[in-house]
Amino acid sequence: MTKLLQWLLGVSLLGAIWTVVAFDLLELGLPRTYREVAWPMPLYLLVSFGCYSLATVGYRVATFNDCDEAARELQEQIKEAKDDLKKKGLRM
Amino acid sequence: MASRKPLQPNRVNGDKYSVLLPTYNERENLPLIVWLLVKYFGENGYYYEIIVIDDGSPDGTLEVAEQLQKIYGEDKILLRPREKKLGLGTAYIHGMRHATGNFIIIMDADLSHHPKFIPQFIKKQKEGDYDLVSGTRYQGNGGVYGWDLRRKLISRGANFLSQVLLRPGASDLTGSFRLYKKNVLESLVERCVSKGYVFQMEMIVRARQLNYTIGEVPISFVDRVYGESKLGGNEIVSFVKGLLTLFATT
Repeated sequence: MTKLLQWLLGVSLLGAIWTVVAFDLLELGLPRTYREVAWPMPLYLLVSFGCYSLATVGYRVATFNDCDEAARELQEQIKEAKDDLKKKGLRM
Repeated sequence: MASRKPLQPNRVNGDKYSVLLPTYNERENLPLIVWLLVKYFGENGYYYEIIVIDDGSPDGTLEVAEQLQKIYGEDKILLRPREKKLGLGTAYIHGMRHATGNFIIIMDADLSHHPKFIPQFIKKQKEGDYDLVSGTRYQGNGGVYGWDLRRKLISRGANFLSQVLLRPGASDLTGSFRLYKKNVLESLVERCVSKGYVFQMEMIVRARQLNYTIGEVPISFVDRVYGESKLGGNEIVSFVKGLLTLFATT
């Protein structure tokens, strides 16, 4: 099953449960609080996911390592390599 | 009886590592990357070969490669040039055709990937007998040099989106510094159809589909090219298109 189908399946399943509970389609006689909580769920989940995404990406950008040491080391090794290669007969 | 000095005194396990280096206009960098590869492979006693796949570079990269062959030997530096710039996938296939290693290492030839990580890849692979080991910029002490805030934001944002949609089980999907078992790379490359960044993503996704095991090693990515070729709108659009295609088809 492709990821797309997995998502559609998951969303349909949750959507069906939400519709049944929020609109009391099966006349299950659930307490009013269930319906009151269920009704705004989709919007609530969407907003929560949006906030989570922003926070996660923000955190990851802020903690993205800057490899200054690696860049310095590379520069030194480039010099070393050029000298050694010249000795070995490389014509650049 | 006189004792014969072994040709490869420190050969480890009989494993051989073939490095595939697709090049285009890397006349300046090729000798440097080869020097570094020889250094780190040599220091650790690994048995290796470097396969240079040049796509008809107009700047004379092939000529420099031939000089390197004379310096280091034709058993260490193999040349598999092509007429013109063709895709990365076909470059791997072309390079692998004559590879004699049982492990293949793919990396960029522009010095953004540092060969000092290769012994770490090898060690990691042995730890868990992983089918592939991927260098990650996003975990541990992995990181990048030379990126501004905009570039970091795009990178992390794109990676986050890929993680949410594809749940691939690897932290760095677009990275191209990896070690593969040869048979694993062969089976993956023939299945992958995407281009550019998305090709590397597709390799990981298909690897998961085929239940290959993936190990990760943090790497530092030193971007010296970024100043010249910024990540533009076109590349972002084609990335999103490719991501959505993978989402819908895998």
